[in-house]
Amino acid sequence: MSLWEVFRVALGALSSNKLRSFLTTLGIIIGVGAVIVMVSIGQGANQQIVSRISAMGANLLIISPGRDASRTGGGWGARGLGNILTNKEVEYLQRGATTLKAVAPELSQSGMLNFKGANTSTRVIGITGEYFPIREYNLAYGRSFNKQEEDTASAVAVIGETVVTDLFAGVNPLGQEFKINGTRFQVIGVLEPKGTGMGDNTDQVYVPLKTAQKRLFGSQYVSTIYAQARDERIIPRAVEELSALLLQRLGDAEKFNIRNQQEILDTVSQTTATFTFLLGGVASIALLVGGIGIMNIMLVSVTERTREIGIRKALGATQQDILRQFLIESLLLSFLGGIVGVILGLVGSGLVAKLGGWSTVISLNAILLAFSFAAIVGMFFGIYPARKAASLDPIDALRYE
Amino acid sequence: MLIVLQKVAKVYEVGSEKVYALRGIDIAIKQGEFVAIMGPSGSGKSTCMNILGCLDRPSSGEYILNGREVSALSDNQLAMVRNREIGFVFQNFNLLPRSSALENVELPLFYRGLSSSKRREKAEAALQLVGLKDRMAHYPNEMSGGQRQRVAIARALVGDPSLILADEPTGNLDSKTGVEIMNIFKELHNSGHTILMVTHDHTIAKYAQRVINFIDGQIQSEAS
Repeated sequence: MSLWEVFRVALGALSSNKLRSFLTTLGIIIGVGAVIVMVSIGQGANQQIVSRISAMGANLLIISPGRDASRTGGGWGARGLGNILTNKEVEYLQRGATTLKAVAPELSQSGMLNFKGANTSTRVIGITGEYFPIREYNLAYGRSFNKQEEDTASAVAVIGETVVTDLFAGVNPLGQEFKINGTRFQVIGVLEPKGTGMGDNTDQVYVPLKTAQKRLFGSQYVSTIYAQARDERIIPRAVEELSALLLQRLGDAEKFNIRNQQEILDTVSQTTATFTFLLGGVASIALLVGGIGIMNIMLVSVTERTREIGIRKALGATQQDILRQFLIESLLLSFLGGIVGVILGLVGSGLVAKLGGWSTVISLNAILLAFSFAAIVGMFFGIYPARKAASLDPIDALRYE
Repeated sequence: MLIVLQKVAKVYEVGSEKVYALRGIDIAIKQGEFVAIMGPSGSGKSTCMNILGCLDRPSSGEYILNGREVSALSDNQLAMVRNREIGFVFQNFNLLPRSSALENVELPLFYRGLSSSKRREKAEAALQLVGLKDRMAHYPNEMSGGQRQRVAIARALVGDPSLILADEPTGNLDSKTGVEIMNIFKELHNSGHTILMVTHDHTIAKYAQRVINFIDGQIQSEAS
């Protein structure tokens, strides 16, 4: 008796009660479908965040000011935080660091923009010439600041796309004059949009760092320093070197933080992996419940077919023959449910992406995992009913009405 | 001797009480014999039948089938003996309702591990023997009682067993159909098959060469 024939017998038994078989597999179908959809949502979120972080630029180290314990009202308050890093530190790093390709500081504060009666509030960021290349921002049209404009703290600005629509509504902004916090500026360039959500560059105005420090905010500090390592492999060395240089300069390791892009990526990936695991875990409960459904129906089926089992045993079926027959039936149920569930999951995550606007990523791993979990569930919950069938006494089974 | 039962006893424990279904019986059946077992209900004839059919084991005593002691075999070994040595015919036919006549007849060969072409060939021959070759695609619920019992007989024959065990084979049939079925058994006997039949109907028992009467778990009398 070949396995294929056992399979055919099982298929025959299942198709003799199609509605019941379908309802039984529904649990597995929904379970597998849910696992695939949930995991695809989780992985989609992960991919989106990762691409957002990667969009910051390549091989980036981000230096931000930490806590200055020597100041009054220290801690994380406004005074204790932020006003630590200055142009001197930037120059010190530019001169001292051997592992870095470029260093680009920024001073970022919010500012009020005004153009012919239109107002908008946005972030104004003072930067140097190295900034755009490091962040991999390109100009859509116009130009960036030149060295002379930087040195003389000229009132020129490069603006993002949102500012173009919000402030200049329909007018070509190039060469237009507008006001930031009351100071007159001229638009010399517009950025190509890059990144999405929190990390985008569209709702920002970029001015030379010196202009921001002297003419707009009256500050000698920078809020963040971006440093670009020479290549990916020396990032750990670059972190060490930066720490050493800054410690030497500032005298306190608490006064600065160096974050590495890879570190941020790892943290975020870990978080989304947990999130994905959680979603998948909740969905697999559905799969487990589906398995219990299979066990339930197989138990009913064994009772209903007691006489059939008796006949088969009388004609020479061994316990293993009966065990195999019922086990294959429940496996077949979960397999068919798994296949339909995978299809449902693919369609479902497509719908989630289309209708819900979520980004979803379908991975082969998720499909294989859900499918094999379904098979294991079918196997596990099929064992008890199958053993019950196999251990029936043939005389009792034949007498069963 | 094809079958030898020696001092075979079967004891059931119901609560703390012991119920003796068989109290030590001796039976010997030769190859090619047609034997009927008779007795009132509770006389032990069904228990004896179950033991002879290797569906049950005796509590004590020996059962030698075709030269082999079978009373102490494992469940799987008994399944094999049932598959190869014994053909069952039941009172209520016991056909699988979702399988065609042909598939029902193939079933013992299925568990013997024969290829599907071999199974089909043998099953068709067995159905031909009982005159149902043209009905082999029919399902049990599409057939009369007499036809169903003939399918069951074909199924009992198909594996070429040493012994055909028939348990009240005409019990669910009208008397005319019963006669037809008994004529088939008579033919089988004439062609050399060994048949053992349990019945409580004297007219049916007359087809047998020898009648063993059971009462209270013992053999009361034998007549031929």
